Amino acid sequence: MDNDFFSIVEEPIRVEELIQKVTRSEAGAITTFLGTVREWTKGRRTLYLEYQAYKPMAVKKLAQIGREIKDRWENTEVAITHRIGKLDISEVAVAIVVSSPHRKAAYEANEYAIERIKQIVPIWKKEHWEDGEIWIGDQLEKVAYPNGVPSISMKGDIEE
Amino acid sequence: MITVLLFAQLQESLGKEMIEVEASNISVTELKEQLKIAYNLPQIDHVMTAVNEEYALPDDILSSGDVVALIPPVSGG
Repeated sequence: MDNDFFSIVEEPIRVEELIQKVTRSEAGAITTFLGTVREWTKGRRTLYLEYQAYKPMAVKKLAQIGREIKDRWENTEVAITHRIGKLDISEVAVAIVVSSPHRKAAYEANEYAIERIKQIVPIWKKEHWEDGEIWIGDQLEKVAYPNGVPSISMKGDIEE
Repeated sequence: MITVLLFAQLQESLGKEMIEVEASNISVTELKEQLKIAYNLPQIDHVMTAVNEEYALPDDILSSGDVVALIPPVSGG
């Protein structure tokens, strides 16, 4: 089941199909988050992005996030797809869908998922600008992981 | 033999996706020290390590046949 609900793809993400995976009669809410390619960042123009993943581990870590969510928010269903390869402006890089009986859990769990993706899932983004290119790291502005491992057992609030 | 997988900037700076290291019974930290010197990779200190697709600790001991992935700070999403 995990493999079906958590995936890394190289083609455009079919959001409607992802939503179908978490659709069920107990749900009263489905939140959908789409991470898209932004053209301007701090005055610098992005031409396109290139994503790379350590695929088998990335899928495992997405599934782990799904399990963490089910532990924290009762009766939720989660599906996540991340796209890799070359992505143009406005294309969808990641889609996260969460269903739950009531909307609050679906919203919260969805935000938790994107924060965790940025912490533990081995995917890297390379920015291609008009005047150069660079692999981006450390978007949460944590320089190093004290134990060499990201906070897998994070139970506190989501960090901004 | 330990297989070391490289990604992102590490893959580009070394120009390869994989290195094979003739070693066993060494810690993750010892492996990283070896690679740091052999390939001139000072940035390896800020890189996480996975062993057989799970995050590893610096003191974890590696065996022959392990697949080690060097994981620079991630930037998915």
